[in-house]
Amino acid sequence: MSQEILENNVASEPSPGEQHFPLFEVSEDIIALADDRISHYPESKLSAVLPLIHIVQHKHGFVSKEAITWIADKLEIEPMKVVSVVTFYPGFRQSAPGKFHYRVCRTLSCAMAGSYELMDQICEITNIDRSKLTHHHPIVVSPCGNYSVEFAECLASCGTAPVCLVNDDFHENIKPENAQDLINKYQP
Amino acid sequence: MSDIKYLPGKEPHPREHRLIFKNIDREGWNPSIDCYMADGGYNQLKKAVTMEPNAITNEVKSSGLRGRGGAGFPTGVKWGFIPPGNTKPVYLICNCDESEPGTFKDRYIVHQDPHQLIEGMVISAFAVGAHTAFIYMREEFPEAAIIMEQAIEEAREKGFVGKNILGKGFDLEIWVHRGAAAYICGEETGLIESLEGKRPYPRIKPPYFPAALGLYMAPTIVNNVESLCHVKHILEMGGEEYAKLGVDRNTGTRILCVSGDVKNPGYFEIQVGKMTMRELLYDVCGGPKEGKEFKAVIPGGSSSKILRCDETFKIGRGEDAKDLDFWDIQLDFDTLAACGSMAGSGGVIVLDNSRKMSWVLNNINHFYAHESCGQCTPCREGSTWMKKISDRIVAGKAAPEDIKTLEEVAYQIDGKTVCAFGEASSWPVEAIIDKYRDELTAETSENNERLSKEQLQREIYLGKS
Amino acid sequence: MSETTTKLLPKDEAAEKGLVNVQIDGNWIQVPKGTRMIEACKIAEKEVPHYCYHPKLTSPGNCRMCLVQMGMPPRPAPGADPVYGDNGYQEIGWMPRPVIACANTVGENMGIRTTGDLVEKTREGVMEFLLINHPLDCPICDQAGECSLQEFSVEHGRGQSRFVEDKVKKPKNVDIGPRINLDDERCIMCSRCIRFMDEVADDAVLGFSERGTHTTVTCHPDRRLDSNYGMNTIDLCPVGALTSKDFRFQMRVWFLKETNSIDVNCGTGCNTTVWTRGSQIYRVTPRRNNDVNSDWMPDSHRLAFHETQGDNRLTDPMIKVDGKHEITDWNTALQASADALREFQPSEIAIIASARQTNEELFLTKGLAGALETAHIATVERIGEADGKLISSDRNPNSNGAKIILGETVNTLNTIKDGLNNGSIKALVVLNEDIFEAAGFAHDDLAGAELVISSHIIANKTAQASDIFLPGASFAEKRGSMINTTGRLQRLNQALQPSGNAKEDWELIRDLILAITGEANDMYMIEDVLKIITSSISEFNGVTFSKIGDQGIKIIETGVTIPLLTKERERANAGIIVG
Repeated sequence: MSQEILENNVASEPSPGEQHFPLFEVSEDIIALADDRISHYPESKLSAVLPLIHIVQHKHGFVSKEAITWIADKLEIEPMKVVSVVTFYPGFRQSAPGKFHYRVCRTLSCAMAGSYELMDQICEITNIDRSKLTHHHPIVVSPCGNYSVEFAECLASCGTAPVCLVNDDFHENIKPENAQDLINKYQP
Repeated sequence: MSDIKYLPGKEPHPREHRLIFKNIDREGWNPSIDCYMADGGYNQLKKAVTMEPNAITNEVKSSGLRGRGGAGFPTGVKWGFIPPGNTKPVYLICNCDESEPGTFKDRYIVHQDPHQLIEGMVISAFAVGAHTAFIYMREEFPEAAIIMEQAIEEAREKGFVGKNILGKGFDLEIWVHRGAAAYICGEETGLIESLEGKRPYPRIKPPYFPAALGLYMAPTIVNNVESLCHVKHILEMGGEEYAKLGVDRNTGTRILCVSGDVKNPGYFEIQVGKMTMRELLYDVCGGPKEGKEFKAVIPGGSSSKILRCDETFKIGRGEDAKDLDFWDIQLDFDTLAACGSMAGSGGVIVLDNSRKMSWVLNNINHFYAHESCGQCTPCREGSTWMKKISDRIVAGKAAPEDIKTLEEVAYQIDGKTVCAFGEASSWPVEAIIDKYRDELTAETSENNERLSKEQLQREIYLGKS
Repeated sequence: MSETTTKLLPKDEAAEKGLVNVQIDGNWIQVPKGTRMIEACKIAEKEVPHYCYHPKLTSPGNCRMCLVQMGMPPRPAPGADPVYGDNGYQEIGWMPRPVIACANTVGENMGIRTTGDLVEKTREGVMEFLLINHPLDCPICDQAGECSLQEFSVEHGRGQSRFVEDKVKKPKNVDIGPRINLDDERCIMCSRCIRFMDEVADDAVLGFSERGTHTTVTCHPDRRLDSNYGMNTIDLCPVGALTSKDFRFQMRVWFLKETNSIDVNCGTGCNTTVWTRGSQIYRVTPRRNNDVNSDWMPDSHRLAFHETQGDNRLTDPMIKVDGKHEITDWNTALQASADALREFQPSEIAIIASARQTNEELFLTKGLAGALETAHIATVERIGEADGKLISSDRNPNSNGAKIILGETVNTLNTIKDGLNNGSIKALVVLNEDIFEAAGFAHDDLAGAELVISSHIIANKTAQASDIFLPGASFAEKRGSMINTTGRLQRLNQALQPSGNAKEDWELIRDLILAITGEANDMYMIEDVLKIITSSISEFNGVTFSKIGDQGIKIIETGVTIPLLTKERERANAGIIVG
């Protein structure tokens, strides 16, 4: 029971999105990227923990237990230090998102401009049920694994609300009724 | 300025005074260094490296520039806090975590005009004696991180960044450090902890004032993107000349970000204090949407205290006291502070009469409950408690005494926390209850069952909490 | 101005001594410059409630319980001189917002209010926040009775709850380490345990996961809180989040009697509190001594008390009859010992004493050797690995005492062994040792021994091999003094009566001498023994038990330092911790 509780700190929920991301492995390119980032922080390797998590997440979609262990070893820090960072920042995920991850801004100006309705529309179109969210897993993936959604807090474009990030692409003025158009832009 | 053309539909309003945003939405403009240099870019850096570092700091002091991140602290004074005789390395950090809801100015600078920021940073680093600088870039700007790193490379190739800058023996490395979507990283000591690779728990001050004990316990200057850009213009104009922009103690220009219920939301660079609320909302932003009336304004990011559009404020003390109508508020640091709110980060959120205050309050509470780092007790427990109460208010499951509890919880947080997040999360609650008590109370009933199951249903919408 | 030249202002008086004047709840006191406000309040005997602050750890200032009101004299207008009142102090301008007392330091003419509306309201608020998500399961919580949450709640809390929302759910009953259990719902996120493991134990396995209201103390699933210093986090935990598996559900703390004592498992002699009820020890916890163990002790030593109350504890004198031990009474056993020893020439008798004995026992042991007129007296060395923190490589608690009282005795051990093997030694008296385990004796070594008398507390192999066995008292059942590796004389106090018919060891040896010599002496109390020691051994000059006190006194210079303390002092000197 306890082992299970503690495993939850690093466990990845099975996700239909997994198919779109290569399993974590310590590849040469990831080592090169990591070493480059580490070199930016000669005073303290620990500073490279966020960059390394970004590198892993960018390539593998999420931060697995194996990735946490690798980062800890690479930076010569306790694995708990990595866990405490990964679980703190909403920008880090511990299970796979969909191929296209929609982050809809939820904060005031966007909410006033209809971002909740936009989220509803996206969920309806992509067949996503957001009712079983937890604070630990704030992302829901569509059954097909192509889409996932998450409410983001202020994306800093309140003047063009509602806004949405799809993977790394930023979209402004997405009225709820235009949700389908947005989704059409990303065909699996 | 007159020869500058802007993209159709993106032309600056005639009331604007563009310094920082001069190149934003400019026709034919791109973020490359060639484009920037063709427009006189890096000339101020060339001038700066021939100056005494102290002379630059003095220009910034005499310019009266106040930090554009939220607190409005004089930038030059901040630089002066580096302990004399310091032997540790000095760090400069550009705070590009732009995360105060309602604020969206830095976004345009880092996406469209990265070299302006770099030039401002190199000048500032030269002034404070920093040889390493970081741009703490919010995670939600993935493209900007790439643009910025590219721009730094370009600048390095031209000798503006790196070893022996412009042959003057000054070294500076600038690195982009990406955050990971945490509001608290906008707090400078939280940002520093994050840069150190830790949970961004803000540090207690004293003793950890960044200018003395910052990154790696060395002197560190943390400045907002916009503030650092201003440094370039201060050097160009001279501190005293710059100080003629704006009004007394509120000098220069600043970018107001207007969002919410206005006809024309957007960003407007104005001379600080040289515009009233009326001019901003009616003249510049085109007034309320069709068939609506303005109800309230949150003037400086979501943490600033809300102002009712029908409010009158008492300004000044004793015999000098006078009434100030909401519409006549000058948009500067001191006037907004005198009205009990703040200029903050310049994010103006406008609400019209279609908005229910309980809903607005709940949206804001949700934000702060989600973003509380959880380090210190009042904020960790209080912010979520406030959200849970306002959840019930909007769900029609609150009793009148919940309003009182909510208000008291806010005051129990205010002023008791490690960092200013405590105020950020409690001020909106205090102000909205204070100013809309009747409206909120009308949504409650003695008969309501206060433990609501529908609360759970609402979680569908409330996402990660 | 003329007045200031004739009469010193309080600030100048204080400055001459490196002190500053601080007004605490209306009274002016002087404290060293740089003192933390919370410590200044302690000096003024004003309690400031706190959770996260601990003088031996860094101060993150996260619990917000120690918020007090602070005031400073108003800054004089440019060019103006500060104004001093009739009492020589400047008027204090009070800040409208509270400040934390734990991390802020005092300054000249500072005012601190630990009472008043602002402070009381603030404490009430923080208390309420700490309790809204707390399970309030005090009836089944081990911390009850020594829980800061309970204590401060009584003093500063609201008395009733107005929290009607669902509480946050967190992991319970987490097996965070082999000796420690974690209940995250009780945790108040003070981070003391995390900081301790980071800063003192050098094993940073603990950390927070999640954030905001969901913040949870936890560890990586492949790691555990299994450091030999881990149990200190239990003492540090101000609430019932971290509890000892050993002590869990065993006894309510308010039923336990506390006795100050010292650890006897190595030469450091960690200061301890022994918690007992009836005839049983329930737990041992470290007790602050900044010259010995700071606030900590190793788990292995903390739990060693179980050896004294196991099934193999011997509490009756025994005599071997036809190869079988039979219980007897003390008179018979002592008389039999004396009679048997008289059968041997002095040179045929050897005593194996122990550096685990107290100074008083050692001194009497020397007397026993004198009564038996033997020169063969040895102690057993116990060398282990030092852990670089508190555990000394010397696993005997009183090697320095043995050295001073008996002289160099370690080498005698081989002489005795040889003597036993070549038949020149025939009778052996073993006190507080197991010669097989620690002294490396083999059973064959005793083949030629005609008489073995031993004293111990448990049925070890030496006891089994003894013709006469005399049951002694455990460390908790007796009084006495020991000298630790640094030369500090410390005191063992009696927490329990000797188990069953066992005797305090010093009495046992005294009575044995009496049985042998038949000469009465004046040693009725252990103080009498110490008095003789002080008059005959110079190092002990002027020592009494009350002078040793609870913190001990340094009586010799050994040059040995305790690594953990060295590190702690460095941190204190750097201002990182209070120390």
